[in-house]
Amino acid sequence: MPLLEVKNLHVSYSARSGEVCPALAGVNFDLGPGEILGVLGESGSGKSTLAAALLRLLPSNGKIQKGLVLFEGKNLLEVSPQDLRRIRGGRIGLIFQEPSSSLHPTLQIGQQVSDVLAAHEYLARRALNEKTSQLLASVFPVDPERISHSYPHELSGGQRQRVLIAQAIACGPSLLVADEPTASLDPTTQKEILQLFGTLRQKLGLAMIFITHNPALLASLADRILVLYAGRVAEIGPAAKVLSSPQHPYTAALLRCLPTDFAEGQSARKTRLHVIAGEPPDLSLHERGCQFEPRCTERMEVCQCDEPAVNAVGELHEVSCFKFAG
Amino acid sequence: MRYFIRRALHAVFLLFGVSLLTFLFSALTPGNYFDEMRLNPQISPETVAALRSQYQLDRPLPVRYAHWLNAVAHGQLGFSFAYNNPVAPLLWARARNTLLLTITATLLAWLVALPLGVWSAASFGRAPDRVLSWTTATLLVVPDLVLALGLLILAVRTGWFPTGGLVSVGFDELSVSHKLRDIALHMTLPVVSLVLATLPMLVRHVRASVADVLDAPFLRAAAGHGIPQRKLLYRYALRAAANPLISLFGFSVGTLLSGSLLVEVVMSWPGLGPLLLESILARDLYVVIGGVLLSMLFLVGGSLFADILLYLADPRIRTAASAK
Amino acid sequence: MQPLLRVENLVKHYAAGRSASLKDKLTALDGVSLSIPSGETLALVGESGSGKSTLALCIACLEPPTSGSIWFEGIDAAALGENQQCLLRPQIQLVFQDPASSLNPRWTALDIVSEPFLVQGRFTKPDRAVRALQLLDRVAIPRKMAARRADELSGGQKQRLAIARALALEPKLLILDEALSALDCSVQAQISNLLLDLQSSLGLTYLFITHDFAMAAHMADQIAVMYQGRIVESGPSEKILSSPNHEATRSLMAATPRFIETPGVLVHF
Repeated sequence: MPLLEVKNLHVSYSARSGEVCPALAGVNFDLGPGEILGVLGESGSGKSTLAAALLRLLPSNGKIQKGLVLFEGKNLLEVSPQDLRRIRGGRIGLIFQEPSSSLHPTLQIGQQVSDVLAAHEYLARRALNEKTSQLLASVFPVDPERISHSYPHELSGGQRQRVLIAQAIACGPSLLVADEPTASLDPTTQKEILQLFGTLRQKLGLAMIFITHNPALLASLADRILVLYAGRVAEIGPAAKVLSSPQHPYTAALLRCLPTDFAEGQSARKTRLHVIAGEPPDLSLHERGCQFEPRCTERMEVCQCDEPAVNAVGELHEVSCFKFAG
Repeated sequence: MRYFIRRALHAVFLLFGVSLLTFLFSALTPGNYFDEMRLNPQISPETVAALRSQYQLDRPLPVRYAHWLNAVAHGQLGFSFAYNNPVAPLLWARARNTLLLTITATLLAWLVALPLGVWSAASFGRAPDRVLSWTTATLLVVPDLVLALGLLILAVRTGWFPTGGLVSVGFDELSVSHKLRDIALHMTLPVVSLVLATLPMLVRHVRASVADVLDAPFLRAAAGHGIPQRKLLYRYALRAAANPLISLFGFSVGTLLSGSLLVEVVMSWPGLGPLLLESILARDLYVVIGGVLLSMLFLVGGSLFADILLYLADPRIRTAASAK
Repeated sequence: MQPLLRVENLVKHYAAGRSASLKDKLTALDGVSLSIPSGETLALVGESGSGKSTLALCIACLEPPTSGSIWFEGIDAAALGENQQCLLRPQIQLVFQDPASSLNPRWTALDIVSEPFLVQGRFTKPDRAVRALQLLDRVAIPRKMAARRADELSGGQKQRLAIARALALEPKLLILDEALSALDCSVQAQISNLLLDLQSSLGLTYLFITHDFAMAAHMADQIAVMYQGRIVESGPSEKILSSPNHEATRSLMAATPRFIETPGVLVHF
């Protein structure tokens, strides 16, 4: 029984001029309990929209056109506002991008973590404070008391990120959705945060949706990878398979763009890297056919006219490409 | 700390400067208190001259200013020609009445403006917000004078409220609770007038500040954690939007003495306003200077008060101040 | 053949706390020395707080060092007076990490690229427009985007614009302060190719500041590792990558996420 099932999700944004721009066009995927799904997408792919749409937290000009988001059997797109509020933070933890602006600037850290606990559990003041301390101690091995009395602007980027993680896991959710949680961090801090995620998954059996634009981050963390391009699922499959033998032309091109690993191939230094020609599509133009076609090195005539269907290419490995059409 | 001491010193210099300017301007305006008497043929010019010299109005300007400063240093604000009394107690008695009015009106206006503004921001663009915006816009456009007069007409026609003054005839014979009721009745219209005059601007400011914040990432993040709507609006949004509102509150405090002049005159409330008006017209020099100085004190104090509140409310300001 | 840039024993203190004196000081640079031959790339790798950006500002003559010397083409830049430094600055240009904050979002691409000409008072108006368009061509920004405002461009295009602006005054040294860090992977590849092309066609020298060892390894002839205001290790890229000595180098390399693309095999970091 999958923990989360997303079926045919369509989300669009309306510009002031009245133009409608589709950000997600028919996203489908499943997530099992305790599983980590890496969502790989660049700017404009719709990855942040996906994170926000799952919990109906789109900005005011965003609209979920159609689709189903089944979580623990309930359709999140149709539950009542009270139930939705209970699920947010209670059953699904959300970590947005930009730790520097995701915390309230004038409330103490301890207060902000307590507020999350208070929103979902009925605890007396003392119990609340104790639980807050425990929570902070679980993400801050050193000096959690000082952190509790600090303000966000007194903390470093890595510390703020840990606070966001503490808030997200506070009420023991079964799913954590993290949108670029390590984007603005140093490599060492990034490594620590990723290790923290790994530990949390082990200890708490958390399922995770980890959204990033850097494929290398998913190599050690994700069980499965979903590649998002222009609001559509290009490829989804086991992480090892997708990274070592990508089937969709976009995934393959993306992975080729990375500089060769520096432990080998020194002759590759200062040579031109592979690039994906062109720019990501302007989705407001509502072009027909496969969205990747203009940039694809393997394009065929049919790619210009229709959108490709989903084809299975291996065990639990699916690709949306005419290359594999029956 | 050092920051506040510097600000306080700055305020003292400011008051100094204001007093000098006021003195200068009043003294330079043609005429003085006794000019009216000169028109009266029954009073001889010698009497007028004698009176002038008695009140030292024939001395040069710097000398008069120095004398006045000396008096201030001893806690006196000069002498009123018209009332034949020292200025300070005169001002204070009137200021008390003004403060009674304005403190009540300010508190009421803020208490009403905050929830209205938050509600308006939360329902941005939808029906409640539109109705409120329309109402506040209308109130803003209507001149304060018209509002006050309108209320006065209401009082006259319906007889529900007294039409002026602080207390009724025969006040002293009333019991304490009746006295309070009497004052309250007299206060109602002026307070309502003041509240209607200041409320629209406050509501708009609250709405604008809160609406700005509602788009902020930390609010979406808090919503993502399941924090309930009311807490989101008041504890998270309003707190984050507080800074410009605190400055505005400081300004409200600053205009406690000066903001109600019109209403006091129209409603015959025995406050500072009517006193200042008379004194200006009568060239009662020291009352005018004293009144202006007192208002200035409140203005400067209000801004200092706002700074202190900001320091206490926003930890980022505390950090920046200690880093200097 | 003297190096284009030689930094010797650069020290930079910032006054911390209330006192304006240097008693309580923050040492951002603690005796930094490096040199870059003309036409080559030196990658400066380090964590945030290691002093990389301070070094960039000092070399670009935007911050006066507390002590030490900066030799640019044989001239001691740090010892020059303000007027003479102004003559030197066009030769050393900076490209920052976040193009959204280093480019005025309300200006058009053409305006942004023409600004250096205006500031330096060079060229007539038609001349400026022509040169600006040439610069845009050079960084592969399509001409139809020239009249667009900066906030309408994509992240990659904005960074190209920042590079075009930096090239306007024909500098010899380009300091790229985390210029690729905020970009998507495919865009990083495009920009890094652009930089390599520009280096070979214009003979530019790069000081490439980054915390990404993989990119440093790819782009640079030499690597210098910074830690707490000092350069703890430096040398040719191959040497540093194959046998890192210092603890800081090793931990940075270990923290860089990598995977090796061999069919069927995945190596974690």
